[in-house]
Amino acid sequence: MTLKNTFKTAIIGLSTHKSRSVLTILGIVIGITAIMLVMALSQGATDLILAQIQGLGSQTIIVRAGAEPKGPSDFASIFTTSLKDREVEALRNPSLVRGVVSVAPNVIGSGTALYAGETKNASMLGTTPDILQALEIYPTHGVFFNDADVAGRASVAVLGYEVKKELFGESDAVGQTVKFADRNFKVIGVFGKVGQIGAFDIDNNIIIPATTANQYILGANHYTVIMVRVESESVVETAADDIRLTLRELHGITDPDKDDFFVATQADLAERVGTITGVLTALLISVAAISLIVGGIGIMNIMLVSVTERTREIGLRKAVGATTANILNQFLFESVILTSTGGVIGIALGAMLSLGMSFALTQFLEIDWGFSFPIAGALIGFGVAAFIGLVFGIYPARQASRKSPIEALRYE
Amino acid sequence: MINKEPIIKVDKLEKVYSDGDVTTPALSGVSFDIHEGEFVAIMGPSGSGKSTLLHILGFLDRPTGGSYELEGSSMDSYDDDELARIRNKKFGFIFQSFNLLPRTSVLDNVKLPLQYSDVPDSKQDRMAKKAIDAVGLTHRIGHESSQLSGGEKQRVAIARALVNDPSVVFADEPTGNLDSKSGGQVMEFIEKLHEDGRTIILITHETYTAEYAQRIINLKDGVIDSDRKVIKRHDGGFRK
Repeated sequence: MTLKNTFKTAIIGLSTHKSRSVLTILGIVIGITAIMLVMALSQGATDLILAQIQGLGSQTIIVRAGAEPKGPSDFASIFTTSLKDREVEALRNPSLVRGVVSVAPNVIGSGTALYAGETKNASMLGTTPDILQALEIYPTHGVFFNDADVAGRASVAVLGYEVKKELFGESDAVGQTVKFADRNFKVIGVFGKVGQIGAFDIDNNIIIPATTANQYILGANHYTVIMVRVESESVVETAADDIRLTLRELHGITDPDKDDFFVATQADLAERVGTITGVLTALLISVAAISLIVGGIGIMNIMLVSVTERTREIGLRKAVGATTANILNQFLFESVILTSTGGVIGIALGAMLSLGMSFALTQFLEIDWGFSFPIAGALIGFGVAAFIGLVFGIYPARQASRKSPIEALRYE
Repeated sequence: MINKEPIIKVDKLEKVYSDGDVTTPALSGVSFDIHEGEFVAIMGPSGSGKSTLLHILGFLDRPTGGSYELEGSSMDSYDDDELARIRNKKFGFIFQSFNLLPRTSVLDNVKLPLQYSDVPDSKQDRMAKKAIDAVGLTHRIGHESSQLSGGEKQRVAIARALVNDPSVVFADEPTGNLDSKSGGQVMEFIEKLHEDGRTIILITHETYTAEYAQRIINLKDGVIDSDRKVIKRHDGGFRK
């Protein structure tokens, strides 16, 4: 019997039990749908985070206070006061950090912003004009504060898009005075919608001079993060090394493991995100894989029932000339066709669901969530589905093919 | 038929069923020859071993002792797949309970043996249609087997048994589940198969049905009780 005919026979065998066939593949459909969904969503999340990191610009190096966090419970790094004006000045020196263009020290905090009875819980970013170049963003209305404002601890503020919208609505904010953390600030500029850039959610920030923030709001004299911009992408790695050496020398550190700061480039961050989402994706896929195994066992169960129920059919086929291999192939084809069909349905369903979710996220949460059909996921899903049919179909198919024609014909 | 070697030659054939410690002899030394073109009925009460004998003769089961030669070659020399191929090429089967595939058309049921043969796809439909025409069921060709009457089902089974142009047709109580009118029709078709030159081996417990044959072998307790020629064969007309 040709494989084509075996295939046809298997199709006929399945189509005479339509509703059973559909129920049998549900487990596989759900498993493959889940895998597709996980792959599409994790791809979307990775793309989104990477886009934010790329918003930093490939020429920007981030220097954080405190050692690189060793784990989620490693709080010590947050309270480190290792980055002060002395460090900023050192990093601005091109003979210490080759290729440095600008150095922007930042402090962060949060508080309530008030204007004419409207309130908004906002994050605060205390910075210097160098941040504009580092993040490659510029106010759409008004101006950003200048170096004189920073030196003079001026009470001026530039508002992020959401903060401005919340407090002022459609009306003009530039020239007005808002109250933030019990201090009045004159609004001199407003940003358009820029979204998340690196660790900064600029849209929800009120941006003031770093000196003002330290003096009047935080009562501190150290910085949380320093953003160093270098002249080109090609010097990023050497500049990062220069920064490490400069800070170590300044702090008298000889053992890199005892660093009280932490330097990261865009490439470092992207790699880190890739690792994290990769691990998460693998974890979620392994959960989905369990449902596939359960689905496969379901297929095996139903195939065993089917083999018993069709004992007489098997006997007849053998009596009129079917060989052991003919019967084995017929039942193997049936289970592979079942699971492959389940795989195709699952791929379509998973793609539709993730398309719907990316639409909903973009539409209702205003997250720029891109949809891309995970071709690799689809191929893997289909392959895995067919493979499960093969693995879980072998036992029932062997049972079927081993029946002696006479016992099968006698079966009541 | 007279001067040739027998198509079937069995010698001291034995079959013992064993289930754990219990052994049940079904055949205890059966010997006979059947020549090409013969129409032989095997009779006997239930438990006499006639079904076991038919299954062995039809290559569906193997004996536990003695020898069976088909066209001069011993059954022992074939493995299971070779037995399947010989069944497919040379044998046709008609069963008491029809054994048609459910929810499958008459055409596809009749085509079944061809699907396991080396007959090319393009020829299969034509051969199956010819066989269906021979049993007078062309008007039912697209019906599913469950839509047919008992007599029609058995005629489909006859068409299936002759579609591969077998040299030996085995019929196991072919009229057992039929009324006398349908049973008569079925026996007429089987007689026609014989007239076309095929060897027919028929199992029945009805003397009347057995008398369609030229020779009746009587089994009792796994051995041959009698082996005689039928003096007066039926020439049409059937009753139970």
